[in-house]
Amino acid sequence: MTQNSNNSKNPLHGLWALTNRELKKWYKNPYLFILSIIQPLIWMGLFGRAMNLGAIFTSQPITLPPITPPLSIEQQIQLGQALSNVTTQIMEKTFGTADYFSFMSVGIVSFVVLFTTMFSGMSIVWDRRLGFLNKALSTPVARGSILMSKVFNAVIRSIIQAAIVLGFAFALGLVVGPDFTPINLLGVFAAVFLIGMGLSSIFIAIAIRSTRMETQMAVMNLLNLPLLFTSNALMPTSVMPDWLQPIAKVNPITYVTDATRQLILYSINVQQLMFDFLFLGLFAVVFSTIGILLSWRYLSK
Amino acid sequence: MSRELSGDALVVEGLTKVFNKNLVAVDHVNFTVKEGEIFGFLGPNGAGKTTTINMLITVMKPTEGNAQVCGFDISKQPSEVRNCIGVVPQEYTADEDLTGLENILLCADLYGIPREISRKRAEELLELVELTKFKDKQVATYSGGMRRRLELACGLINRPHVFFLDEPTLGLDVQTRTATWNYIRLLKKEYGMTMFMTTHYLEEADMLCDRVAIIDHGKIVTIGTPGALKEGLGGDIMTLSIKDDDVDISKIIEKVPRVKEVRKQDGMYRIKLEDGEETAPSIIEAVRTEGHKVTRLSLTKPTLDEVYLEYTGKSMREEEESKETLFRQRVTMRRARGGVR
Repeated sequence: MTQNSNNSKNPLHGLWALTNRELKKWYKNPYLFILSIIQPLIWMGLFGRAMNLGAIFTSQPITLPPITPPLSIEQQIQLGQALSNVTTQIMEKTFGTADYFSFMSVGIVSFVVLFTTMFSGMSIVWDRRLGFLNKALSTPVARGSILMSKVFNAVIRSIIQAAIVLGFAFALGLVVGPDFTPINLLGVFAAVFLIGMGLSSIFIAIAIRSTRMETQMAVMNLLNLPLLFTSNALMPTSVMPDWLQPIAKVNPITYVTDATRQLILYSINVQQLMFDFLFLGLFAVVFSTIGILLSWRYLSK
Repeated sequence: MSRELSGDALVVEGLTKVFNKNLVAVDHVNFTVKEGEIFGFLGPNGAGKTTTINMLITVMKPTEGNAQVCGFDISKQPSEVRNCIGVVPQEYTADEDLTGLENILLCADLYGIPREISRKRAEELLELVELTKFKDKQVATYSGGMRRRLELACGLINRPHVFFLDEPTLGLDVQTRTATWNYIRLLKKEYGMTMFMTTHYLEEADMLCDRVAIIDHGKIVTIGTPGALKEGLGGDIMTLSIKDDDVDISKIIEKVPRVKEVRKQDGMYRIKLEDGEETAPSIIEAVRTEGHKVTRLSLTKPTLDEVYLEYTGKSMREEEESKETLFRQRVTMRRARGGVR
C-alpha cells in the first residue's frame, strides 16, 4: 500500500503550495484585499498631501520689510523671482525634488513593505497554535520551505502593494526624475523583493518558537515606527540630528527608499545605487539564511 | 534507504521526552505494533499520549530512546518516516479559507505528489469520506464531522503505511463518533492499514483496537488486547444483598469454587468471580442452604473502564494543561460544533 516511488524528488516541492495557501487568504478575501490597498493610500494622502512641506514655502505670500533705498519695479520682480528660486532650491537641496508629495509617496512604498512583512511572523505563530504547523512538519516538505513560503508570501504581497501605491502616486501627480524610464520600475520591484525577504525573515525568526500572539504583537509595535522614523522614508537623512544619522545609515529601510527614489525621482548616481542594492542583497541573503538555519533547528521542538 | 521487514510496523524502545530539563512527559516507553494492527494509546489528559505521537511522527525530537516506523529510524531517517505515515492530528488543521478539495491538494503538494496523481486520489478520497458534494465549499462552512472526515482524507493522500490518529473523535457528538469509527474500520478492512491511535474514550478503544496500552504519568502501566486486560482484572463482578443485613456471609461465599474475592460494602457484597454465568447460581444456592434470602443481585462483565480505573487511579484526572493546549482544544471543540469561526 505504501507508494512513495511516484513522489517528486524536487527538494522545493510544496514551497509554492504553501505560499499560495497564504496568498489565497488574501486575494480570495475581497475585504482584506481592499483594506490592505486602502491603508497605504490613506498614509499617502495624510503624509504626502496633508503634511505637504512644500506648502510651507508657497502657501502664504511673504511681505518683505521696507528696504532702503526703495527698489524699482524691475528690481522688485527680480527679488521676488530670486526668493521663489530660493524656496525651490531649499526643497530640492533637502528632498532632492521640489515636490514633497513625490518624495513622500515613494517613501510610502518602503512603509508598505515594512508593514506587510511584519505580519509574516504572526502567521507562523497562528499556524503553530492551530496545529497546522505540526501537520506540515509531519510531511516530508522541507523545513526551510515552511519558512520560505511565509517569506515569499510577504514579498509577493509587498510587490503587488508597492505597484498599486506607485500607480496611485503617478495618477495623483508624482513628478518623475530625468532618468526615469518604465524599466526602472523593475529595479524598484527588485529592491522591494530584497527588503521584503530580509525583513520578513527577521520577523519569522523572532516568531519561530513563539506560541503567543501577544509577544509577537509587542515585538511589532516595538519595531515598526522606530524602523520607519529612523529611516529616510519621511525625512532625508541630511536633515536628521547627528546621533540619528548613523542609525539611519544601517537601517535597511533607508536603502530601499534611496534606491526607489533614485530610480524614480532623482537623476541616478550609479555608484550610490549599486551600493544600495549591494546592501539590500546582503541584508536579504544574510537574514533569510539565518531564518532557514533556525527553521532546521527550532521548527520542531 | 534500508527497510527491515520484520512484521512490526512500529518498534519503540525506551522513548523519552523531557521538557525544560525537568518535566518528564514520556518516560522510557517500550512497545511494538504489528503490521495491520490497530493499536490504541489510552490515558488521561497530560499522560503523554500526544507527546509520544509527536515523536513518532517526527515532529518532536526524543530526549532519549528511539523508535522505528515502517522500519525507518525516527531520528536518523525522518524523511523516510514522513513519507510512509499519515497523520490525523487532534486539531482541525484544514485551512478554513480554502475549500475541501484545495486542502487535500495542499496536503498532496506537501508530499510532492504530482498533480495528475493527486487529483485522482483526492477525488477517490472525497468519495470515501462522502465529501464529494462539498468539495468546492470553504471549510469554514463544514460541520465538525465533515472537518474530521476531511482530516482523514488529507492524512490518507500519500497512501500511508502507518496511520496515526490523535484523539480522532475529540469533541464529536455520539453519532458522528460512530461514523468516524466506521471509517476507521473500513480502512483496516480495505487496506489492512496499521493504525496507531490515542484516545481517552474507553469504549472507543474497546471497540476499535486490537491491542491497547494504558499510559499514565508518561509510563505504560499495562498493555494487551482489551479482552486480556479485562480478564486480567480477575473475572466478572457480582453484587448481592440479603435480607438480614447484620450477619456477615462473606465466609460462606468465599467457600464457593471460582470465587476469588468478596468484599462487603454498604450492605452489599461485591464478589469477584470467574465464569460469572456458571458460578453465580452456585453462590445463590450456598447462601440459601445457610438459610439467607437473596434480595438483590447483579452480574457484570468488566469493561475497559474498570481496567482503566484499576491502573490509573480513580477517575480521569483533571490535569493542568498548558495555555497552548487548552487554546487548541477550545478551538477544536468550537470547530467540532460546526460552522463557527
